[in-house]
Amino acid sequence: MTDAPARPIKVLIAKPGLDGHDRGAKVLARGLRDEGFEVIYTGLRQSPEMIVSAALQEDVDVVGLSILSGAHMTLLPKITAGLREQGLDDILVTAGGIIPDDDIPALEQAGVARVFGPGTTIREVGDYIRANVHRHEE
Amino acid sequence: MTQTLSERARSGDRRALARLLTQVENRTAKGEEALRALYPHAGRAHIVGITGAPGSGKSTLVAALVSEARKPDAPGGPRPVAVIAVDPSSPITGGAILGDRVRMQIHASDRDVFIRSMASRGHGGGLAAATVAAAAVMDASGFPLILIETVGTGQSEVEVAAIADTTLVVQAPEMGDEVQAIKAGLLEVADIVVVNKSDRPGADRAAAQLRAMLTVGAQHDRAAAAAGRPLPKRPDVMLASAMTGAGVPGLLKALDTRNEARLAAAAHGSDAAALKRAEAQLSGILAERLRARLNDDTHRAATQQTLRRIATHELDPYTGADDLLSALSSPEQRKS
Repeated sequence: MTDAPARPIKVLIAKPGLDGHDRGAKVLARGLRDEGFEVIYTGLRQSPEMIVSAALQEDVDVVGLSILSGAHMTLLPKITAGLREQGLDDILVTAGGIIPDDDIPALEQAGVARVFGPGTTIREVGDYIRANVHRHEE
Repeated sequence: MTQTLSERARSGDRRALARLLTQVENRTAKGEEALRALYPHAGRAHIVGITGAPGSGKSTLVAALVSEARKPDAPGGPRPVAVIAVDPSSPITGGAILGDRVRMQIHASDRDVFIRSMASRGHGGGLAAATVAAAAVMDASGFPLILIETVGTGQSEVEVAAIADTTLVVQAPEMGDEVQAIKAGLLEVADIVVVNKSDRPGADRAAAQLRAMLTVGAQHDRAAAAAGRPLPKRPDVMLASAMTGAGVPGLLKALDTRNEARLAAAAHGSDAAALKRAEAQLSGILAERLRARLNDDTHRAATQQTLRRIATHELDPYTGADDLLSALSSPEQRKS
């Protein structure tokens, strides 16, 4: 349809690493759906390579990483590096879960645009994405 | 950039393919242009539609078929596979949860498996409007096998059969009695009915019931053929367990056998599936183009006026449609 609305923003919600706590990721996925996003959910225990590959194939605008295992300092920089390697550095990367404040500057340095802590509302996440996403047009 | 996205996609650049699929999915001018360039290079792949009720195990079965096709010792060697997995968009917000990858992520790091999720974006029939175009792009990019998983369907979302060469309908063992098997709709478009979850109790009985019900009427077939009426399909009923992998090699083999038969028929100039797909594409694009013209600057006012007159019952919708069509083809319009 020519008068179709602008395409929805595509978000990949992924859970890197070995923790089995996906309630938060699922609630967020569902909430972002209600905010009008197209949310690709890939399930538990994803390696950085799997997440990068999914982001590439799905041509997403945003990757949201949920991690509660404490391995964020190892895994998140691997993912952002992997995305850069594939030329996907225009993807907005955000993270959420249990991440100590002290770790946030290093993660931002590594290319995570924003870390959302416990208590963040879905509306805040949605607004942040809408304000900061780069829609690539090629 | 010296090479276009289409050229890069054809030479195996997966990122170019992904970007191209976005253009096609958003039905941009660039996407349309790419499709024009790629269409002559498509037409080689075996396009398999996989449909069935939510929870019948479509995604898991797709993942199992991909595993089978990617086995190092697969007959003819492992082949690249592309998957399009459609999930529904919210009619309220336009958002969607695309969750089919959960079952398929085991293939995420395999370069020769390309999985793309698609939201239906308001299109009915279990697919997205751009699904067939996306399949053509994958086809032109060198994937010999393309699996299209529909939205979890009810009884009558049969559109996939119009765009696929071969249609699999997936059933779970506990999905109803014999009456379900004789109802019109989804089962009628199946080339192969897969009773999935064959590791569960009742699977054998479900398959036997389906077989009995779907194969009745040989007499009817003969009478229909004699009278030139359309013949019902007589699908194979196969048992599989996507979870354990039982029956999956046989299923892929059955798909390949069907594809060989299709190619042989096509060599003699009769590829019914390709013709049906052409018709589905053409009628979709014609409808889209017509809508666009009716809403362009020249015709928008007349279209709106006609709509209002139909709404107030001043005009009937058939006359309204005829009036608009003749306005579109009137001589002064043709000049412009």
